[in-house]
Amino acid sequence: MMADCTRREFFGWLGGLASTALYRPLPPSTTQDSLPGTGPSGKLWDPSRAGRPLPPVTARDNDAAIQAIEKQLKCTCGCNQDVYTCRTTDFNCTTSPAMHQRVLQLADRGKTAQAIIDQFVRENGVQILMAPPKRGFNLAGYFLPSALILAAAAVLVLALRRWARAAAATPAPPAPPATPASPAALDATAAELEQLRRELDRLPG
Amino acid sequence: MTVLGNLALWVAFLVGIWGALTGFMGGLLGRADLQQSARHAVFAMCAALLTAVFALEWALFHHDFNVEYVAAYTSRNLPIFYTWSALYAGQKGSLLFWASVLSVFGSLALTFTSRRHAPLLPYVAGVVCAVAAFFVTVMLFAANPFARLAFTPLDGNGLNPQLQNPGMVFHPPMLYLGYISMTIPYAFAMAALLSRRLDTDWLVAIRKWTLVSWLFLSIGLLLGMWWAYVELGWGGYWAWDPVENAALLPWLTMTAFLHSVMIQEKRGMLKKWNLALVIGSWLLSVMGTFITRSGVISSVHSFTQSPVGYYFLVFLILAAAASFTLYARRLPLLDAEARLESMVSREASFLFNNLLLVGIAFSVLWGTLFPILSELVQGTKVTVGPPFFNQVNIPLGLALLALTGIGPLIAWRRASLPNLKRQFAVPLTTGGFVGLILLVGGMRDGWALMAIALAGFVAATVGQEFARGARARHRQYGEPYALALARLVGRNRRRYGGYIVHTGILILFVAFAGMAFKTETQVTLRPGERATIRSPYGWTYRLTHLGISQYDALNRQVTAATLEVERDGKRLGVMTTEKRQHVDGLGRPTFQPSTEVGIRSDLREDLYIVLGGVVNGTEQAVFRFTINPLVWWVWYGGVVLVLGGLVVMWPGGGSPAVRRVQAGYAVRLVGKQ
Repeated sequence: MMADCTRREFFGWLGGLASTALYRPLPPSTTQDSLPGTGPSGKLWDPSRAGRPLPPVTARDNDAAIQAIEKQLKCTCGCNQDVYTCRTTDFNCTTSPAMHQRVLQLADRGKTAQAIIDQFVRENGVQILMAPPKRGFNLAGYFLPSALILAAAAVLVLALRRWARAAAATPAPPAPPATPASPAALDATAAELEQLRRELDRLPG
Repeated sequence: MTVLGNLALWVAFLVGIWGALTGFMGGLLGRADLQQSARHAVFAMCAALLTAVFALEWALFHHDFNVEYVAAYTSRNLPIFYTWSALYAGQKGSLLFWASVLSVFGSLALTFTSRRHAPLLPYVAGVVCAVAAFFVTVMLFAANPFARLAFTPLDGNGLNPQLQNPGMVFHPPMLYLGYISMTIPYAFAMAALLSRRLDTDWLVAIRKWTLVSWLFLSIGLLLGMWWAYVELGWGGYWAWDPVENAALLPWLTMTAFLHSVMIQEKRGMLKKWNLALVIGSWLLSVMGTFITRSGVISSVHSFTQSPVGYYFLVFLILAAAASFTLYARRLPLLDAEARLESMVSREASFLFNNLLLVGIAFSVLWGTLFPILSELVQGTKVTVGPPFFNQVNIPLGLALLALTGIGPLIAWRRASLPNLKRQFAVPLTTGGFVGLILLVGGMRDGWALMAIALAGFVAATVGQEFARGARARHRQYGEPYALALARLVGRNRRRYGGYIVHTGILILFVAFAGMAFKTETQVTLRPGERATIRSPYGWTYRLTHLGISQYDALNRQVTAATLEVERDGKRLGVMTTEKRQHVDGLGRPTFQPSTEVGIRSDLREDLYIVLGGVVNGTEQAVFRFTINPLVWWVWYGGVVLVLGGLVVMWPGGGSPAVRRVQAGYAVRLVGKQ
């Protein structure tokens, strides 16, 4: 049977035999895709595309008291955000998760919120706080704008009172004649204009 | 093309210096030939700078990666949309953008300004040329966008993924247009000071420019907020970042100017103040560009690292010194033509409004610069973040909101007690009623409650103004109310457009108050698992993790998590949030993976979903779910604000008869003093 087959048929038969002999089913892990709910392992095709691997969220990650502390502490990765915002926004950052763990560690030791914050200040300096503490020169930061606005408002009130008194003491000059425009130049009758003037006078501005 | 670009920059530089010299000399000596030469110099500089823009865009679109700027901000697979916007993605390109748009604005100002203001125009040309020449100088000697690399990379770095967002395509140019267009009012102010023509004429010449500038800044700020919200993934839209603050500062002072200029126009008062506001706004806009591009606030040592910082600092100091020296010398010519007559008057309320707007601007500037001051005074760096700014600025903002309502209710010159009673009765009752309802409804956040109650007061003020105006027209002309309302706005666009802007502001304040009730939680879900969260409105959301898919798209590799969303048992649909790994044309990762937020908006709240990452390379994913109340109203309020601004700007307004009568009314008021 093989003797009367063509060369093309022979090599085709040989190739088929070789591929059958060499065939090995690929391991399931490499044939799985990440379609929703499929695959025995649920592995992603390329986990590196999904960013830094994360640990599962624990109940303490959502603890309001811990979050309140972390919102007062600045992440030192250079993002200018607080620790809570950074660790729940920039998932590439490794600094804020470490700071979060430090907060949890200190809380586990029974430290109060203020004691935890004080500990961070001792370890990192006052710039670790999202807002400067209200003491010394920092008081100027908090209160100078409001104080200046109040002072300016007081000066303004005094000036206004003086101007008002001066205006009251000065007799009003006689009213100039109305705008020199002949009724013919206007596309409204004199009666309409008078009525409009009255309406305008009644409006506040 | 880089040869052409460099040549164009040198031409612009030389022509700019020539234009500045001939503009000032022509104005001071009264020589028509020099004045004409300055005018031509502005047009020539405009042509040269547009040629430079063309050369840079050519290099960007032709992927000439030997040009350092092209290699730094684009890649072969960057969409065309973003390739165009790479023009202003980096410092060097944005300097070119600044200078070229300024030269276009300068040309427009010289072409379309009425001949009535001709004596001011040589100085305007001089200022425009001087400012543009400064930017070209920075490009030529410190930040040349046409600088070449010693080698040609196969592909560029690509654009930062966070900049690959439509909001970021329009946000920076809008802000820049706002900053740049402010140069024209500043140029007219300097022209008025130099030529000693300090009547209200120069104000008429800049009226449209100040509105254009304010409008662009407003749109830029709003687009920036939108971009931050949809792209950055932290669930908010304003973080009091130094760069955000830098854009807010000139907006605040320009808003103050748009109010106080009315007093100068109607009563001939506040000349000194208005000039100071125009000069200050322009200096703040230059400072905004400086802060944005130098990074001076995040590090006090960045002056030593960036030569551009030095250039801007020197320019700011010189411009401020020159402007205020000239201003001080002209003070005797700036006496008011009238005096305020009563503390209870529209003029006085505008003064307090100006005090608050400038006070808030100072407060924001103070907070932004405080880390530098603290290091200088205490030798200690401090961080000034949102807690500081909120504490200082929320009370001031609410006081401003209250004045937004009070101002329009008080008559010009002097308000009588019966007039005040009549004007305030409905708005005060409305505000009190809104506050009471919220209190009874269980709202316990003091600031939010005050903000919404004050918004109710302002809304009633605006409603009352429209209702009275429409009723007056209805009585006068027998027009139906809808027509009367339309004509009322159409014929007095400045006043009623202003009220529409006030409406936008009050909507924004209500939306800001909504963020007091933001809730968020982090969860880990396997496919098929669900999380339940409760919204501030008492709704229960149920989010089921359907799974994660990965695929390639355009210039990125996408990991997308899909969730099914139900609210109170009713299916709302499917939402997707992504991690994106951007790659260059050769498939190499360019930046760290970025997050694409899933947002579902309605009038009451936004559901905001962020894919944090995956656990152990599986489909088990970490999500952050945030519910942001009233965010939609920020964008809606912004649209109303911009529409109001457009109404104010729209040319025309009223029949000639009505305008003449109103002019007569204003003349009569001034004449009565």
